[in-house]
Amino acid sequence: MTVDRKATGWAESVSHLEVHDVPEGAVNRNVNGRRVTSPIQGFGKMWQKTYQVRLPAERVSAPDLIATWKQRFPEFWPEGSSFYSPLTGIEPGEVALLSMTLPGRMKLSTGVMVLYADEESFTLMTPQGHMFAGWITFSAAERDGETVAQAQVLMRASDPIYEVGLTLGGHRQEDAFWQHTLTRLAAHFGHEGEVDTQVVCVDRKRQWSKWRNVWQSAAIRSALYTLAAPARLLRRDRGVG
Amino acid sequence: MPEAATRFEVREPSEHTRVIEIQGDITAASEDVLMEAYGRASEAGVRAIVLSFGELGYMNSGGIGLLVTLLVRAQRQRQRVLAYGLSDHYRQIFELTRLDEAVSIHDSEAGALEATT
Repeated sequence: MTVDRKATGWAESVSHLEVHDVPEGAVNRNVNGRRVTSPIQGFGKMWQKTYQVRLPAERVSAPDLIATWKQRFPEFWPEGSSFYSPLTGIEPGEVALLSMTLPGRMKLSTGVMVLYADEESFTLMTPQGHMFAGWITFSAAERDGETVAQAQVLMRASDPIYEVGLTLGGHRQEDAFWQHTLTRLAAHFGHEGEVDTQVVCVDRKRQWSKWRNVWQSAAIRSALYTLAAPARLLRRDRGVG
Repeated sequence: MPEAATRFEVREPSEHTRVIEIQGDITAASEDVLMEAYGRASEAGVRAIVLSFGELGYMNSGGIGLLVTLLVRAQRQRQRVLAYGLSDHYRQIFELTRLDEAVSIHDSEAGALEATT
């Protein structure tokens, strides 16, 4: 059977994200109605970060690794951050909700859309208000008797506040995040892998015309939501709203 | 990763414009050949890079990432990036990834070249 590759893999074009089913424990905030953002819409310097771990090919083939990674994606994440897979799994066009802990123990609710997925790779794209504008591609390839699992981030900080946060430790935290994920992924296949990290600044210029993205900031909105919790409780107790 | 089955031909329709003809697939494996083609196209005085997608086979998300990188390099050189020959499917992908906000898309080469003047 011939598969039309042009018609497979990509999400359908959408103007705004919609979350249809909210998995148990997830918070659907800062996602509905948002547009996805590429690095073109971001504010900060543009980075390409590549994290790789090598496993013996006899442990797992590239397609099997990707199938497992898609299926068990949340399990490889570090503690303190949660990825709520869409009920239908990581499929093109699906939206996943995220809960993350930022420096200062601040909680951030956001999401990602599955931009692309096939047997060799899958890509998650961020919505407005996410820490960064861009996407992360997870892929696997077989080279010289090894299966190389890779996460590659192409991003700009979404707004000036996130840019400051990334500069003051956020990049380091993000590197640790994906290094941890790949280490766990390798461990799942019984391999103690060392993660290679390559960071390239693709564009040192900041896009000052995008500073207004701060209005959409999921971090600010999540913080305001948390700060307003006592007032919401009071209103509920009084039977208002 | 296997070498990409892709060719990029560079044409010179005018003094300030270069057309990069894309023949085959664009994936992350196309990086070296695409950037080499851009290097050939990006001579001093070139103000517009026109990407011809009429013979594009297949493009995945790695390929879109390469186009974003090419766009940044072109912007650094103060060059505009235009495109033509995209199928309906890949036009939708440009919209979905919002690449269409930075790359001017045209139906034909004539339309793209006219927009460079």
